Amino acid sequence: MTVLQMQGVNRVHGEGDNAVHALVNADLSVEAGELVAIMGPSGSGKSTLLNLAGGLDAPTGGDVIVEGTVLATLSKKRLAALRRRHIGYVFQDYNLVPSLTIAENAALPLELDGMSVAKARRIALASLEEVGLDAKLADRFPDEVSGGQAQRTAIARALIGERRLVLADEPTGALDSATGEDVLKLLRRRCDEGAAGLLVTHDARHAGWADRVVFLRDGRIVDSSAPLDEPESLLERAE
Amino acid sequence: MSVKHSLLALLERGPAYGYQLRAAFEGATGSTWPLNIGQVYTTLSRLERDEMVEALPENDSGQRPYRITESGRRHLAGWFASPIRAADRPRDELTIKLALAVTTPGVDVADVIQRQRAATLRTLQEYTRLKADDERPDLAWKLVLESMIFKAEAEVRWLDHTEAIVARAGLPAVPPFEPYDDGAEPSAAPFATPSVPIEEKR
Ligand SMILES: Nc1ncnc2c1ncn2[C@@H]1O[C@H](COP(=O)(O)OP(=O)(O)O)[C@@H](O)[C@H]1O
Ligand SMILES: [Mg+2]
Repeated sequence: MTVLQMQGVNRVHGEGDNAVHALVNADLSVEAGELVAIMGPSGSGKSTLLNLAGGLDAPTGGDVIVEGTVLATLSKKRLAALRRRHIGYVFQDYNLVPSLTIAENAALPLELDGMSVAKARRIALASLEEVGLDAKLADRFPDEVSGGQAQRTAIARALIGERRLVLADEPTGALDSATGEDVLKLLRRRCDEGAAGLLVTHDARHAGWADRVVFLRDGRIVDSSAPLDEPESLLERAE
Repeated sequence: MSVKHSLLALLERGPAYGYQLRAAFEGATGSTWPLNIGQVYTTLSRLERDEMVEALPENDSGQRPYRITESGRRHLAGWFASPIRAADRPRDELTIKLALAVTTPGVDVADVIQRQRAATLRTLQEYTRLKADDERPDLAWKLVLESMIFKAEAEVRWLDHTEAIVARAGLPAVPPFEPYDDGAEPSAAPFATPSVPIEEKR
């Protein structure tokens, strides 16, 4: 099943002589169970592509379709709901809310979606455990944990609930290589369980965890590798 | 390391004789891999037998230049177009290939780099799969895989770096070989751009 589909997607910033074509006619689809790596030099449009895929930014041309819905047809409210329920994001700088505890940060999407605090906390603790965070850390604040622990919190938040599409932009940031690898394994596992994943990385070792690699250059997809597995077996894994 | 393909790449700059080829090879690869002149001549005669080069008349000093043929050009384009698999590589061939790619007229260096990068990443994905397979909890095996993964990563980083440098600086202007003087081959047009551009591999 196709979770994400981008059809002839363009993103132009500015106008006329100052126009920056951040993404040009991008076609991409990601199936359930698939992890796709996006690689390319700095400024080639990787973050732009990811933000468009997650509905954080709107294309100036073309369609972004998530689970069969063209994002541009959604009202602001419904788009926000789709993002909270179905899409998980992990960014390089973690984006944790400093005034919320680790558990509250992880529970944030559920609470925003109207779930009771107690129930959201229960699910958040399970999610923190899934990413290997000690329960003792749950009530600390982001500035009281290490970079690796903060990033695990961000991953727990991105994976909480029924995320069908997980987007990660250089998610291993400044983590040491073994901790960075753990983050990749978590992402891989979630995709093996049926999510569709999109991973922006400049690190070839991290791209090694992907099923295929898409290369961007000056806003264009210039090359993309075939998946290692047959599509059928990816689908089987996703069921 | 492929002496054969290296010589073909050098002859793409124009006809040359053995000593010129040896010097140019060492120039292109920074004298890292010395080549003996005997190796150059035996390779040239094998290439001539296979009709990838043709011998031109001797010049006054008794040196016989060789010129690449159309078939040699096609063969060279094929070499540049096919990535080297990590498994069957005498490790340095990639370095030599790129050193020659940046100095051989008509080669799309970015394309050579991208083909290699895609192939190396694919190898890396395969190693990662093997590593992630927890059925095999053999630490030594994992270390070997990690070593191959890190080498592949280094290779990709080097390719990225090379691409950035080439994009920034442009390709060097490679001077043609000293013309040889045989007084008899006015049509040799030694240093013209090849009539069949290497881009035709696409
Ligand atoms: N808000 C913006 N306004 C103008 N240009 C932008 C904006 N966001 C990104 N860009 C430009 O779009 C291009 C792609 O940026 P980005 O997607 O961030 O690249 P990457 O993530 O690959 O480094 C760059 O040239 C960048 O400068
Ligand atoms: Mg970016």
